[in-house]
Amino acid sequence: MNYRWDWSILFKDTYMGWLWSGLLWTVIISLASWAVALTVGLLAGTARSAPSRSARLLAGIYIDVFRNVPPLVQLFLWYFVLPEVVPDSFGLWLKRDLPYPEIVTAVVAIGLFAGSRVAEQVRAGIEAVGAPLMPAALATGLRPAQAFRLIVLPLGLRAIVGPLTSEFLITVKLSSLSLTIGVLELTAQSRHVENYTFQGFEAFTFATIGYLVIGLCVTGLMRFIDIRIGGAALRKTPA
Amino acid sequence: MIVIEDVHKSYGNQHILRACSATVSLGEVVVVCGPSGSGKSTLIKCINGLVPFERGTITVDGVSVSSPKTDLPALRSRIGMVFQSFELYPHMTALQNVSLAQIHVLKRSRAEADARSEKILARVGLGDKRDSRPSQLSGGQQQRVSIARALAMDPQAMLFDEPTSALDPEMINEVLEVMQELALEGMTMMVVTHEMGFAQRVADRVLFMDRGQIVEDTPKAQFFTAPVSERARQFLTNVLTH
Ligand SMILES: Nc1ncnc2c1ncn2[C@@H]1O[C@H](COP(=O)(O)OP(=O)(O)O)[C@@H](O)[C@H]1O
Ligand SMILES: [Mg+2]
Repeated sequence: MNYRWDWSILFKDTYMGWLWSGLLWTVIISLASWAVALTVGLLAGTARSAPSRSARLLAGIYIDVFRNVPPLVQLFLWYFVLPEVVPDSFGLWLKRDLPYPEIVTAVVAIGLFAGSRVAEQVRAGIEAVGAPLMPAALATGLRPAQAFRLIVLPLGLRAIVGPLTSEFLITVKLSSLSLTIGVLELTAQSRHVENYTFQGFEAFTFATIGYLVIGLCVTGLMRFIDIRIGGAALRKTPA
Repeated sequence: MIVIEDVHKSYGNQHILRACSATVSLGEVVVVCGPSGSGKSTLIKCINGLVPFERGTITVDGVSVSSPKTDLPALRSRIGMVFQSFELYPHMTALQNVSLAQIHVLKRSRAEADARSEKILARVGLGDKRDSRPSQLSGGQQQRVSIARALAMDPQAMLFDEPTSALDPEMINEVLEVMQELALEGMTMMVVTHEMGFAQRVADRVLFMDRGQIVEDTPKAQFFTAPVSERARQFLTNVLTH
């Protein structure tokens, strides 16, 4: 192979600027879509075990639809199709006046996809770990809503920090999909640099290390949270 | 105190409880025994409304469990329940386990609740375990925390569902001793157990269940010397010789 490595391009102001800005957008999109995913996932996952039938049904539909349609298709639907099928004035607003339209769309699309997966984890945690203690909590005189809020939900969430770490990591990686609608995040900027310099290996090495560092930070953060709330200790509990 | 009248319960087309009637008077200790699957757990969970039933009535201190007008949580807060598998909240310390319902149901302040919890933990012999989590306690200790959690609500009656069945033999006595003490202090108790020694020491009456029916409801002395039903006789020989 006679590829000529030239690491110096990574230190040229222009290209370094592009790559760092890409990294920054990747971090922003990842965190924002994770916030959406957590919020929506908590609500939908909780609603799956709600006393209300319609709440359970609604959450079930959301989870089934968003989990089963490929995230790339969802992104395109939100970005290209939605503005055309909503009332004209709203469509126009989406296309013209929405600030950072690509970024916002990416965050919503990725967030809602990941949210459906988070919802399933939340439901599983509640069912497997939280709900079995419901009778004991009720027996002490707690009202069902209190028992859920004080025992079932906190226990269910403690049980799923591990799976949630994976979902968080997936969300970070999904952020690269947003390049398809024109967001200049880390992957897009690496290709950008490649196109200008023909030094793609260096640019993608930067991207690889960037994703790796973000991923390690996510893992570390979740492990810290797990230790703080005692999730790890719970899993060691003998039955 | 607890009056059970003609209670029927089925799961699907399986008739689990048939025409069960019994009373537990104030200060009485009633032991319930019978083969596995005979409906003991179901019956005891009907008393505090954890299991709904189709027919019949159960009243606790004059309040009907199945009436839609009854404030079921309030009623449950006056009946302590202890489960076979302890059912402690694993993410909380022993003290927090005992304090939780005092704070959220009885609306005691945290300080007040914790003070009460410490007293009760000491009473069940766990004064030094207030900050331990369930996973750091032995089975016998966990079950005593569970008893403390129920006692902290100042219950009018206590229900026990095989409280020692999940315990290693050397831990059974520490739990039975706590229960025996409670009985001596005059607590109204309904205890599902196969510990016939316990029944002989503290029970006033023994109920024997078989296939969803209470086939025997006799004073303790008679149950052990001259049980009415053939089924109970067989059961006794099995349990006592093991
Ligand atoms: N939630 C349930 N759904 C269906 N069947 C049940 C349920 N709970 C208990 N049963 C059945 O009811 C019968 C009595 O159970 P249980 O009251 O637990 O008996 P015991 O405590 O005397 O061993 C058993 O045959 C059991 O299979
Ligand atoms: Mg049972």
